Amino acid sequence: MLGYYLDLALRSLKRSKALAAMMVTALAVGIGASMTTLTVAHLLSGDPVPERSATLYHPQLNPTMPPRLVHEPTGAMDYRSAMDLWSAHRADRQTLVASSPVKVRVEGSGKPPLPRQVLLTTSDFFPMFDVPFRYGGPWASTDEGPHARVAVISSALNERLFGGVDSVGRSLRLRDSDVRIVGVLAPWRPAPRFYDIWQGRYRHGNTESFYNDPEDIYIPLATGLDIFAGKMPVMPVHFCWDMSAEGASMQTAPCAWLSLWVQLASPAKVGDYAEFLQGYAQQQKRLGRYTSDQTRLQSLMQWLEWNRVVPGTVRMQAWMAQAFLLICLVNTVGLLLTRFLRRSGEIGVRRAMGASRRAVFTQCLVEAGLIGLFGGFGGWLLTLLGLWVVRQQPVAYADLAHLDLPMFFGTFAMSIAASLLAGVLPALRASRVPIGFQLKTL
Amino acid sequence: MPIRPILRALRHHRFTTALIVLEIALACAVLCNACFIAVGKLSLMHIRSGIDERALAVVTIDNFDRQRADDLNARVVNGLRKVDGVQSVDLIDGLPFLDAGAESVSPDREGKLGSYSTSFYFGDPDALPALGVELTAGRLPRDSDVAPGDAAVVQSVITRSLADRLWPHADPLGKVFWCCHGTGGFRVIGVARELIQAQPRDDISVGNAIFTPQRSGPMLAGQYLLRADPARVNEVLRKARAAMATLAPDATVDDEHTGTLGDLRRRYFRSDRATADMLMGTMAALLAITALGIAGLAGYWVQQRRKQIGIRRAIGATRRDILRHFQIENFLIVGMGIALGVLLTYAFDVVLMRFYELPHLPPAYLLVGAVALWLLGQLAVLGPALRASRVPPVVATRSV
Repeated sequence: MLGYYLDLALRSLKRSKALAAMMVTALAVGIGASMTTLTVAHLLSGDPVPERSATLYHPQLNPTMPPRLVHEPTGAMDYRSAMDLWSAHRADRQTLVASSPVKVRVEGSGKPPLPRQVLLTTSDFFPMFDVPFRYGGPWASTDEGPHARVAVISSALNERLFGGVDSVGRSLRLRDSDVRIVGVLAPWRPAPRFYDIWQGRYRHGNTESFYNDPEDIYIPLATGLDIFAGKMPVMPVHFCWDMSAEGASMQTAPCAWLSLWVQLASPAKVGDYAEFLQGYAQQQKRLGRYTSDQTRLQSLMQWLEWNRVVPGTVRMQAWMAQAFLLICLVNTVGLLLTRFLRRSGEIGVRRAMGASRRAVFTQCLVEAGLIGLFGGFGGWLLTLLGLWVVRQQPVAYADLAHLDLPMFFGTFAMSIAASLLAGVLPALRASRVPIGFQLKTL
Repeated sequence: MPIRPILRALRHHRFTTALIVLEIALACAVLCNACFIAVGKLSLMHIRSGIDERALAVVTIDNFDRQRADDLNARVVNGLRKVDGVQSVDLIDGLPFLDAGAESVSPDREGKLGSYSTSFYFGDPDALPALGVELTAGRLPRDSDVAPGDAAVVQSVITRSLADRLWPHADPLGKVFWCCHGTGGFRVIGVARELIQAQPRDDISVGNAIFTPQRSGPMLAGQYLLRADPARVNEVLRKARAAMATLAPDATVDDEHTGTLGDLRRRYFRSDRATADMLMGTMAALLAITALGIAGLAGYWVQQRRKQIGIRRAIGATRRDILRHFQIENFLIVGMGIALGVLLTYAFDVVLMRFYELPHLPPAYLLVGAVALWLLGQLAVLGPALRASRVPPVVATRSV
């Protein structure tokens, strides 16, 4: 029966090609706009560490004091709090991160220094976040002392400085110190750079830079403090509650600048860690180092949500496109209605010859679904075009805009579902066409 | 033309009428809000900065030793002055469309008399005239205005709009305002006609800015303002950028903070431009789809009513009457759509305001949206209506 309906639907589409083409185009444009923006939003709100994210947590404290006391846990921590919690080793794994600009060159290459970002962190960073290595590996945890001079570099920097060969053991000049390369990463592109987004809430949706490539150089925190002589020259993001401390050592400055991450494998461990965190905050408050004992322990995905990482423009575009699709749908309802009712005579004949209302209804829906299928195909092409346009934009996430398999099927599913939905009312009207009246006017 | 018969005829097509009304209402809501946001973005992108953008460029370097900043500044400034086409080189810290110190200032030390967010630009005393900022009162900074590091009160030039906020009815010259929780005092020596905040957004006042003259040193180093003939500014910047490799071999050029002021403006508004383009594309597609829908349904109605049209023609209606019938009918339906659309538009507006800190939609946009949709409706119905008017009276006599 379905075959027969499909045959009828195809014949009817062929009979009024212009109208059919218009409907398919309108639907395809709506689906294309909707799926392009949804794909971008889907990619930007995705899970940056799919295997691990459920076990990764971001603890927060409130180390602020007057004059700039804040009334909720801060996004990052001061050096002392972060070191206390990190060195307690209460989680399965724990790491600290802070990003800073640095100049890097290969001694003897004769090339001018390159400005790059360096991530000060600890050896657990790599296994915790599933960071892939091409050559070598992370530094040993015994290399975390102040005089270690080791570094891990990105594959992009390895390509740029060493032409992509195994550069483990080579040396690199960071600022005025030489470090030895112990590992080279394979291409790694977490989207967003989830580990260092702590100021997102205060950016009013201008979060595009969270989707930049990750840092090119990774060094142990103690090494970093040593290389920068304890003073981050231009710490890109920090929050100080006492401005008179300007120029103080980053180890004692009343400023939040380090993010702590912990890996906790079971809910019981999460509970224990939350308790430990609370205990630490209360102890610091008793000691008079904190004003507040607020704490918070959020999972990775909660932390992304909390910092509203998806850029405001992306969200607005997605909403606009859905409104646009809705208008396209109402339009399709109208056009389907005219299509079916123009054929009232034909339907009258079918009904008179014994077709049930249900059969007429099904036939109309099959035709609507067929239009949805063609619309889905057009929508898929337009989505590819839309994503290509996004890739040409000078935005940080441009290289991410590709159609993945779920969104590919989503395009067709959405188109067919939309056209069936749009077809229900017109099909109902068509199946109620009175038989006698139509036959008389033939 | 009597409206009542048209309305009565529409009662026979309640479902299709409701569809068009709904489509128009949704289109109205999306159109008005998209237009409002797009116009906001476009006018922000063309905001006046108060500086002579066409003649200016900036070079920024990083990763140098701040303790030896004086030496570096002298080397770079002297070297850049020798670049062909450079008219002046000045030390600067902060520029419009780049970044600048953002602080709140108050007319009193305690901040009880109100506080206003502003941008602080620092530079050598000649940087202000090099920017091309015009003064309406007071004088430009001189070398003697540069305060030693520990001075309690520093001389500054502020904008007219900030002066009017700080002291609404008084002469600002010689007055002192405070910043940073009462830790810094600033005395007004001049008032600038216009100087924009470093990062203008549509949700904040953009005219509050301060220029404070400073001496070369660790806090004022690494950013150089170039002035050149507007026709040559790109070429001059390219040469200056290339000269940095020999002038400051140990530093790295920060390309994100280097460019002509035109480049900086373009970069700063990049995502606003993309959003505006996207919204205008959506609006165009929306109008096309809506016109398609109206024309499709109108065409169906004409076909369905051929006999009635024939009868009307047979009993004396002119072609013009038939044409008018469809045009007025369309006008009424679009009108109903707009009436519903006004409600939807404001519903959208309230949602958008919650998420995007936008001001309320001005009613003018509704008017423009309504006129646009009425015109669109008339345009879309013209074809089917003309076809209707050509239905011959003889149709009335067939198959009755």
